[in-house]
Amino acid sequence: MHTTDMSGNKKAEAVAEDPAKVAAFERRVANDEFIEPKDWMPEAYRRTLVRQMSQHAHSEIVGMLPEGNWISRAPSLRRKAILLAKVQDEAGHGLYLYSAAETLGTSRDEMTEALLSGKAKYSTIFNYPTLTWADIGAIGWLVDGAAIMNQVPLQRTSYGPYARAMVRICKEESFHQRQGYEIMMHLAAGTEAQQRMAQDALNRWWWPSLMMFGPPDDKSPNTEQSMRWRIKRDTNDELRQKFVDITVPQAEAIGLTVPDPALKWNEARGAYDFGDVDWEEFYAVVKGEGPVAKERMQARVKAWDDGAWVRDAARVHAEKRAAAKLAAE
Amino acid sequence: MDAIATYALRLGDDSLILGQRLGEWCGHAPALEVDLSLANVALDQVGQATHFLALAGEIEGKGRDGDKLAFHRDVMDFTNCLLVEQPNGDFAQTIARQFLFSHYQELLFAALMASKDARFAAIAAKAVKEVTYHATLASDWVVRLGDGTEESRARMVEGLEWMWRFADELFAMDDVDAAAFAAGVGVDKAALREPWDQRIDAVLADATLERPAARRPVLGGRSGRHSEHLGHLLSDMQFLQRAYPGATW
Repeated sequence: MHTTDMSGNKKAEAVAEDPAKVAAFERRVANDEFIEPKDWMPEAYRRTLVRQMSQHAHSEIVGMLPEGNWISRAPSLRRKAILLAKVQDEAGHGLYLYSAAETLGTSRDEMTEALLSGKAKYSTIFNYPTLTWADIGAIGWLVDGAAIMNQVPLQRTSYGPYARAMVRICKEESFHQRQGYEIMMHLAAGTEAQQRMAQDALNRWWWPSLMMFGPPDDKSPNTEQSMRWRIKRDTNDELRQKFVDITVPQAEAIGLTVPDPALKWNEARGAYDFGDVDWEEFYAVVKGEGPVAKERMQARVKAWDDGAWVRDAARVHAEKRAAAKLAAE
Repeated sequence: MDAIATYALRLGDDSLILGQRLGEWCGHAPALEVDLSLANVALDQVGQATHFLALAGEIEGKGRDGDKLAFHRDVMDFTNCLLVEQPNGDFAQTIARQFLFSHYQELLFAALMASKDARFAAIAAKAVKEVTYHATLASDWVVRLGDGTEESRARMVEGLEWMWRFADELFAMDDVDAAAFAAGVGVDKAALREPWDQRIDAVLADATLERPAARRPVLGGRSGRHSEHLGHLLSDMQFLQRAYPGATW
């Protein structure tokens, strides 16, 4: 569903590499050429990409849980079908992203193990609970909206397989965003109880959505290198501002109030001023202290462990059939 | 409801309840590919339910639409077969349910395409393509699990054991079915039994599994006599519609 730069202060360690190769690589990237799996690339570029892409894939997979929580309770047949299709899209996104990341030499199983052991991160946003139906609207509208801001530039990211995966993903995300807003619009125009539900969801999801763009630029040490490598194309703060500027009028249009007393249109900047994000909360959630982080990981570990016998059976069966076929030839 | 409306309702309820059950897997399946395929089957079933329930409401003519029928009836008015409401259990149990049901549904919809009522025929023509895939998917898994590891085989046997007692109900013809068939609208389900047996036996043979022993069938779903499981499924599914009466979503 999205990417957040959560790399903190860990600078990629220097590896001795042929300066001529590095220079040629940098030139290609600066010229906006795509780097393909068989091309030479600096080790740090490869590592950064595996981290970013697998984190993105994990976010899609963990992101199925908060919305999956409402499939059985969707309030109409139409809403149920849309939600099922949306969560299924997320599984599909996870699949393309894992496949794209595998082209860099790390297997899906290795990436999955890293997620389940807590070594790999996923988006902080999915560590918040979905309490009411309005949360399904808020996730589509805000979380997918923020994801689109992050992802549209990635369609031009330097690594070819990642960029191509993003083209397809972005198309689906923009549908998700619209259906989420449509749910909110409907609730905001509904009964008093529905309006309360919608406002409450906005109150709870607003700040975590702003956190999705990652730490402020002055606390994001890898941004410069990632931008030079075209792995990232805008800074965290630029994207966050863009999101606020687009989303605030959408909230106003349906009569909802953004829960930020400091929010104010700044005529001179042509942009909204907004309050400070609680970065302490963000870093705590990154560390695994989100309100439902334990539940999310428990669900993923359980699905993986409970499914082990199924995956084993599929593998053993394929081996048996291959052996039988060979014997028959 | 008259026999034809009830006939549509039964088709809709089967799909709705199975779709609801499959949706419970979403995000929890044994592999990403399985998550995708189960969600796909769930989505097809919810789509079929939407068409059949709307049709039931239309034939009834009392202003009930698909959502009214899905979200505002209690257990005794649900007409799905007992098989589809069975709990997911482990993956083998889910596959056993899908295997028995999808082969039935494929044969049923293939026959229903010849319905004199164009509305039934049209839904069946679209749905038969979907359920053909479901039957293939489930059969492939029965074979993989049956002829996989010792554990998967034991689980597949258990799953079939759980579901087998509900298979006969699929083919039972009561007054509603007989009336719908006599009117040229419905299908003679009893006639589907033999081709179904052949399909099931062929897949079980490929899976190196024995056909479960015949047993006294458990019946009653079509007349609202369900298992204890359905009430819990409905309380989950109908929660919002019940908690906020009069709201639209």
